[in-house]
Amino acid sequence: MARAVSTRRKATFTVAAWAIALAIFFPILWTFLTSFKTEGDAIASPPMFVFFDWNLSAYEAVNQRTNYLKHFWNSVVISFGSTILGLVIAVPAAWAMAFVPAKQTKNVLMWMLSTKMLPPVGVVIPIFLIFRNTGLLDTRTGLVIVLMLINLPIIVWMLFTYFREIPGEILEAARMDGADLRSELLYVLTPMAMPGIASTLLLNVILAWNEAFWTLNLTAAKAAPLTAFIASFSSPEGLFFAKLSAASTMAIAPILVLGWFSQKQLVRGLTFGAVK
Amino acid sequence: MTLKSLLYGASFTFALTAVAQAEELTIATVNNSDMIIMQKLSPQWEEASGHTLNWVVLEENVLRQRVTTDIAAKGAQFDIITIGAYEAPIWGDLGWLNGLDDLGDDYDYDDIYESVRNGLSANGSLFAVPFYAESSFTFYRKDLFDSAGIEVPEQMTYDQLAEYAKQLHDPDNGVFGTCQRGKAGWGENMAFVGPMVNAFGGRWFDLDWNPQLTSEPWVNAVTYYVDLMNNYGPPGASSNGHNENRALFADGKCATWVDATSAAGFIFNPNESTVADKTDFAAAPQQVTNKGAGWFWAWALAIPASSQKVDAAKDFLKWSTSKEYVELVGESEGWVAAPPGTRKSTYANAKYISAAPFAGTVENSILSANPADATLEPVPYTGVQFVAIPEFQGIGNFVGQQISAALAGSQSVQEALDNSQAFAVREMKKAGYIQ
Repeated sequence: MARAVSTRRKATFTVAAWAIALAIFFPILWTFLTSFKTEGDAIASPPMFVFFDWNLSAYEAVNQRTNYLKHFWNSVVISFGSTILGLVIAVPAAWAMAFVPAKQTKNVLMWMLSTKMLPPVGVVIPIFLIFRNTGLLDTRTGLVIVLMLINLPIIVWMLFTYFREIPGEILEAARMDGADLRSELLYVLTPMAMPGIASTLLLNVILAWNEAFWTLNLTAAKAAPLTAFIASFSSPEGLFFAKLSAASTMAIAPILVLGWFSQKQLVRGLTFGAVK
Repeated sequence: MTLKSLLYGASFTFALTAVAQAEELTIATVNNSDMIIMQKLSPQWEEASGHTLNWVVLEENVLRQRVTTDIAAKGAQFDIITIGAYEAPIWGDLGWLNGLDDLGDDYDYDDIYESVRNGLSANGSLFAVPFYAESSFTFYRKDLFDSAGIEVPEQMTYDQLAEYAKQLHDPDNGVFGTCQRGKAGWGENMAFVGPMVNAFGGRWFDLDWNPQLTSEPWVNAVTYYVDLMNNYGPPGASSNGHNENRALFADGKCATWVDATSAAGFIFNPNESTVADKTDFAAAPQQVTNKGAGWFWAWALAIPASSQKVDAAKDFLKWSTSKEYVELVGESEGWVAAPPGTRKSTYANAKYISAAPFAGTVENSILSANPADATLEPVPYTGVQFVAIPEFQGIGNFVGQQISAALAGSQSVQEALDNSQAFAVREMKKAGYIQ
């Protein structure tokens, strides 16, 4: 039976939800607005909200000095490449853990997660040296590998959670019908777990897109993605807020659009199995 | 063989040689106006030399971390790097950089100020060539000083600065007596505090490398600084760095500001500053001594020892820090934008002097900043606002945090200095300087 919720209670929750949403969104809105200001207006005190001389000078300056498309393409290759490679490895791993658990499965899962607790800077020198010796410095291949490794625990964990919601009997039935392991994974499990896989893909693409430690430390000129593009507009001297905001807006716009179009899928995937 | 075929052969060989020699250089640099101009003008060098440049522009702290990792681990990702006066002698001494004494007679080494050359050398060899150098001096609002009837002496003291700040402090009308760096960091608040301690007669270490952070000059200087800022500074000064103060001063909110000479071009530019015609400059304040009262800093270009393209990189360094390059910037970007502080010829150029009325004061400040003799009492190190040893970054940052916390009121000056002394002693013991 549905609970009776008073109008006043509803209104309070709605106002609170809007206030929280606006507070979370405000930094992005402020960045967007600042990108259309002159450098002088960007630091004006008191700050100007919308009544300023709207212009594109910051975008012009950003485009004159850097090659946005090159960085954008590097970001696309690195984020999608690392996530897809991660999924290829994680789907069989999560299948094994969810449907044929061994005695140590839980410990293995915890151990995988524990690798996320180490601050990345702790391993920067060993990884840098491995990359130097294998010629992977400043290559997209190198970044795809390292970001895949970093996000793999999350991918495995997410898929494991989704797979566990799928009744094992369905897979058994498929086996009874003569499906081999490959067919079971490809034609039975994957389609059923699609919302989960899709949200794992989206979330990890976003994580890889925003990753700014390894992408800055392992690249120079050739493989630098949009994080390096943003970093190049922060300056120790002089005014740079408008240019930095323009660069940030250009860097987050693609992922924002992707998130916007796929939010239904994302929410469905993230709440998959939450309600029983 | 005909003459024609000989010529064809010769030109083909020449073309092959040219292709073989055309190098692709990667240059790592900071994002400041001088480097942006260099990036803009560099196609002229690329056209003339046949080489190409890949620019990697990074924020200063990211650049420092990135370049240090690369050079220490011999990553060889960069052929040219931007480093400061702190790194150049240390890295040169460690053998991480190529020597730059052989750029040719036409480079005119003698035209570069001696203090700048010394600041970028180790064991008598030059390891980085400067594209700009700076000292610190006092910016003050001529109009406010005039209306208050204050005559600025040729060499003011910190006590006088506090007196002027007191007289001109008028927060109700949006003017603070003084704006100084408060944001923690060896390159932020310590760049101001370090020279001030020198002027109060202090030093970082004695001749045996014992930290001196609780000595009388340090206590006097830091107490003075915290009182000055709390009484006559802007609110929230502990989070203001160079950029924030620069914006405040340019917006007419500060009566006085002691900071980088390189900011003069910005403050003097009416498009970027509301006080361009109301600002004047004086030497950095002194107190018990004027030794080390103005800092010394230079941004310079260097070639990592791991680079495989040293010849082409040297050719670029020679071009981008030459007299001719200064001339090129002056003619194409306006003389006020010419790289300051590096070459005597810039300050002998009438066009520069007329475009930059602050040139004389800047030149005097740079000439009087001597990293080799910056303290009243003798010290075992070089550097004005820093100590040219690898351990200084950590110590300087820690002390900066303590002083910033004292400024914010979360601890006393004595606590800040006691903590700083304990930390410095621990670090120096760990590094083997003291027992």
